[in-house]
Amino acid sequence: MAWLVVRLAISVSLLYTASAVFEDQVGKFDWRQQFIGKVRFALFDTHSQASKKLLVATDKNVFASLNSRTGDLFWRHVDKTGPEGHIDALLMYGQDAVVVVGNGRLLRSWETTVGGLKWEAVLDTGSFQAAALVGVQDFVKYVAVLKKSAISLHDLSSGSQIWVENLPDSDTVQYQTIYSGGNGLVFVLGFVPNSHIVIVEYKIEDGEIMKKKSVEAAWMSSLENSCAVISSGILLCVDQITQSLYTLPLQSAEQTEMRQIHLQTLDLEVASGFQPVLTSTQPNPAQPPLAEFFLQLSPDHHILLQLKDGLIAPLRDFNPSYLAAFATSGEKTVAAVMSPKNDTACSINLFSADTGRRHLDTTIIYHMDPNGGKPNRLYVHAFLKKDDSVGYRVMVQTEDLTLTFLQQPGRVVWMREEALADVVTMEMVDLPLTGTQAELEGEFGKKAAIQDGLLPMVLKRLSSQFILLQAWMAHLWKLFYDARKPRSSVKNEVTIDTLSRDEFNLQKMMVMVTASGKLFGIDSKSGTILWKQYLEDIQPNSIFKLIVQRTTAHFPHPPQCTLLIKDKDTGLGSLYVFNPIFGKKSHISVPALPRPVLQTLLLPVIDQDYAKVLLLIDDQYKVTAFPSTKNVLQQLQDTASSIFFYLVDTSQGKLSGFRLRMDLSTELIWEVVIPTEVQKIVAVKGKRANEHVHSQGRVMGDRSVLYKYLNPNLLAVITESTDTHQERSFVGIFLIDGVTGRIVHEAVQRKARGPVHFVHSENWVVYVYWNSKFRRNEFSVLELFEGAELYNSTVFSSLDRPHPPQVLQQSYIFPAPISTLEATLTEKGITSRHLLVGLPSGNILSLPKMFLDPRRPEVVSEQSREENLIPYAPEMPIRTEWFINYNQTVSRVRGIYTAPSGLESTCLVVAYGLDIYQTRVFPSKQFDVLKDDYDYVLISSVLFGLFFATMISKRLAEVKLLNRAWR
Amino acid sequence: MATIRALSLILSVLSIITLLWTQSGECNNGRRVGEAVDTDFSGFSVPLEHSFEVDDVPRFHLRGALQFRGGRENSVYLSQNQLSEKDRNILKEVAAVDGLYRIRVPRVSLQVDRQTERQSEGYLTAFVRACSLVESHLSDVITLHTDVSGYVIGISIVTIPGSCRGIEVEDEVDLEVFNTTISVVAPVTAPAPETAPYIERMEQEMEKKGKNPQEQKSFFAKYWYLILGGAVFLMATSSAQTPPGAAREQS
Repeated sequence: MAWLVVRLAISVSLLYTASAVFEDQVGKFDWRQQFIGKVRFALFDTHSQASKKLLVATDKNVFASLNSRTGDLFWRHVDKTGPEGHIDALLMYGQDAVVVVGNGRLLRSWETTVGGLKWEAVLDTGSFQAAALVGVQDFVKYVAVLKKSAISLHDLSSGSQIWVENLPDSDTVQYQTIYSGGNGLVFVLGFVPNSHIVIVEYKIEDGEIMKKKSVEAAWMSSLENSCAVISSGILLCVDQITQSLYTLPLQSAEQTEMRQIHLQTLDLEVASGFQPVLTSTQPNPAQPPLAEFFLQLSPDHHILLQLKDGLIAPLRDFNPSYLAAFATSGEKTVAAVMSPKNDTACSINLFSADTGRRHLDTTIIYHMDPNGGKPNRLYVHAFLKKDDSVGYRVMVQTEDLTLTFLQQPGRVVWMREEALADVVTMEMVDLPLTGTQAELEGEFGKKAAIQDGLLPMVLKRLSSQFILLQAWMAHLWKLFYDARKPRSSVKNEVTIDTLSRDEFNLQKMMVMVTASGKLFGIDSKSGTILWKQYLEDIQPNSIFKLIVQRTTAHFPHPPQCTLLIKDKDTGLGSLYVFNPIFGKKSHISVPALPRPVLQTLLLPVIDQDYAKVLLLIDDQYKVTAFPSTKNVLQQLQDTASSIFFYLVDTSQGKLSGFRLRMDLSTELIWEVVIPTEVQKIVAVKGKRANEHVHSQGRVMGDRSVLYKYLNPNLLAVITESTDTHQERSFVGIFLIDGVTGRIVHEAVQRKARGPVHFVHSENWVVYVYWNSKFRRNEFSVLELFEGAELYNSTVFSSLDRPHPPQVLQQSYIFPAPISTLEATLTEKGITSRHLLVGLPSGNILSLPKMFLDPRRPEVVSEQSREENLIPYAPEMPIRTEWFINYNQTVSRVRGIYTAPSGLESTCLVVAYGLDIYQTRVFPSKQFDVLKDDYDYVLISSVLFGLFFATMISKRLAEVKLLNRAWR
Repeated sequence: MATIRALSLILSVLSIITLLWTQSGECNNGRRVGEAVDTDFSGFSVPLEHSFEVDDVPRFHLRGALQFRGGRENSVYLSQNQLSEKDRNILKEVAAVDGLYRIRVPRVSLQVDRQTERQSEGYLTAFVRACSLVESHLSDVITLHTDVSGYVIGISIVTIPGSCRGIEVEDEVDLEVFNTTISVVAPVTAPAPETAPYIERMEQEMEKKGKNPQEQKSFFAKYWYLILGGAVFLMATSSAQTPPGAAREQS
């Protein structure tokens, strides 16, 4: 019977927390955007004229097909992260795309229309050098892969290996390039630095070495980029030091040294310090490449040259020009060159490759985004028009990873912001008031009231009321106007001008910081990018910290965000202050940070402009305040003795606490040292500053209260043992008071290993670790209670809490790996909490905190039932209806951000990784909102019916009374 | 497992050992006497130093000696000196300006056999507000925290009561002798998922079920008389239109 009760209790509790999206709610308040990352290879499908496919391979190990008309994804394959899934090469022939993955570990062929895998071949070990399609008699049949010490040939249709041969003298010779001109031979080019070039000739049929020769080349330091094969198998190299071009026919037996052509004889010169780049084109792998090639002499100087009868002649000089690329359609090969037009625009023109003549009416104007980066890659899609002339479209990739697809005469067909594939940190900021609301606010500003007299105030009031009336009329007109149009055509375009807070504050501005240094302002309701700003000169390994110094609540002061950019190696930082709503850089003077920044601290202290004060602590423990006005410094002096901060030095395992002094210097007040020989600190987390806890305690079954230990200064420190043996490894959890340095609780999870994900909130810490003995993921929850009585119920002070809290802990098995962990957050903290668990499968699980409660009883009792405690079960359930993103999986989820909305029941969630997904969650269901399918008609008709019934019956009663009186 | 054998228990010992040895001025400023206090115990001792200065620049001097006893139960005793009159006055002055009272211990390992092996550099420090120490009449609780292998990683000090209400402490005697509770705390082992008791419980439930034949019976077997009764009642009340077979099928 008890078992039945247990099951009943579980099922009832599940019923209570079950929250899934209904089918008609899909996409109503959630959206997903998929990204691919920085494009490394892009190929247009030129197989058929009508094809819209664009194949891309990116640095995020993504291989995808884009619709070149809309920029949407046809399909996308996300490989493993890191070098294992690194895409080394992408080749395309007809319907097949051949990809080399993982430093030459795998060779895969994909069907490009649906993205299905045709075959996969595992290659021998060895670091990848080059891959090329090999054709015989005008048909491409093979793909050749060059490794450091071997070359292999594979059949293109089945992937089977035809032959593999070791390269001669591979320990001294660096083989880098592979070439085949369709004449039954494969050439492998290698070189010994500053000595000679080695050319090995293989027969396609059986891999027999036909010829091997070495040619003197004392000037050579690299084959890639500086060499290319042009015309009918002529190796062409360029050298910066000797300022010369060198040519060598690959097949000729008689020529034993490279022919030198001084660039001077062509009236050319390589810019000093620039490594010249040769670009040739081989439109069909089964045929030799063209005799024309680009030579880049400086970052903005290209020249189109032609090799004819052993002589090199310039066809056209492009000076200045940023980018140049070849493209082929049918039999025609063209060259597209991007040249600067003026400060804000570039022009792209098409030239025929064989003559260098400009095609008429082929200019595309590319407008550079003033808040973006410079273009750095150009991909051209050429096609034949009906009149047999060549038309083209281009895709431009910029430094800030924007992909822009343009067509003549400069229309942007689509744009992708691939920087968003690598979001580092984000914040959500409330939207500002509307213009009319702001007008009203401004009217009652403090200054205005004092300065103006009675009459101007009355006039002001009237004028603002008039403006309100006007706005209302406009709104009505719009409603009327929209009502006549079919519903589908009514689009609420969100622009930066129409931004305003909605009544429940559900729409917010998402400020996202990406690894490339580009900032985005995204509307949380629709996912539209409202502003973007590229910060130049950001080191690739910078650390970003985004701080909201002033929210939108302080009209007329604009909201203010500060981004701390810190170099990982030197620790030197800089501040970038901007308005999060419009993305504009603020003109506030920013303190210079000459020393590495160790710690930042956002104080609740505000200056006269309502900006919170940010303290930056440098490596000499000196404090810089921002903003540092007199007012702020005065306030800091007054409160200095109650400002404490902590520093973590993971290399020494040291946690130290400091107190601010009056003169903004600091003093060391506590020190905790965790020896690094045994364990190392992996993470330290405090609580979120904007978190509210509604209830001070928990009501127990016997109606007594168990008070929570709500220490806002508590730090959760997670360590991992240095010993990784599965029996001896452990994870350490320290709860340390950040003010006094008191170790409140110290626990070790034995036979456990990282990576540890954890959430620290209210009076609990939840962490996930890997149990190395049982090989499974486990959840553990720690809850801290003061006990049945509060020490000081009015205020919490770390300095005055002598009694250590009671700590309860319980662990559970979690049957899935975990990528990230976060807790929901609501306005007042009344709503029950859920944990949002990002799974590697791309799902986001909303796990009720109820399941992670250390007071879950082993044996059910009357009291535990009273308290609604679920009986303890060691395994944590995963229910598919708990996936808040149903089938909208988020690839490689790296972080989840939660923000409260104006509705207590609703928490806004953004999950980011390779994709971005935004939704709302209702941990305790929508208790403060009427349901979507609420029957307004019924309720109002019943109301009106009752009203009229009362009226009528009243009238009837009156008549009856009158009649009776007459009788 | 053997390395932590000595640390599995938490023992708190109340030690109020007063050394009847009056300090002579500031002759022991920052002097390390830890090595000298070795006694005939099998354990060892380390100095506990404190600092309270009006200008708030720490100058540590000896407060007492922490004596550790190795062995199974990690016990610690604190033998400490009385506060001199000068110190008492300074402490009161510091309390008046809301200064800090700091203590520190050197970083040591409580494992006796590891003592010689490694003497780590540096100290672990902690503080309380001097006023709370004065107002609590020098009753404080000092806790030493160790890690799994027995190194002391942190020290904490709290006074009971911990508040500063601005009460004047007139009686000099109250500020002479420390009333200290000292303990060593080793990390607790966090619980792993408890599968064994759960399975046991499940098995018990199953057994119970097996023993009680009432539980095993199906729904129909248990309530056949009710269903039959219901069916008869239905048949009796319903009109002749319903064929009698329908009701039987329902049961």
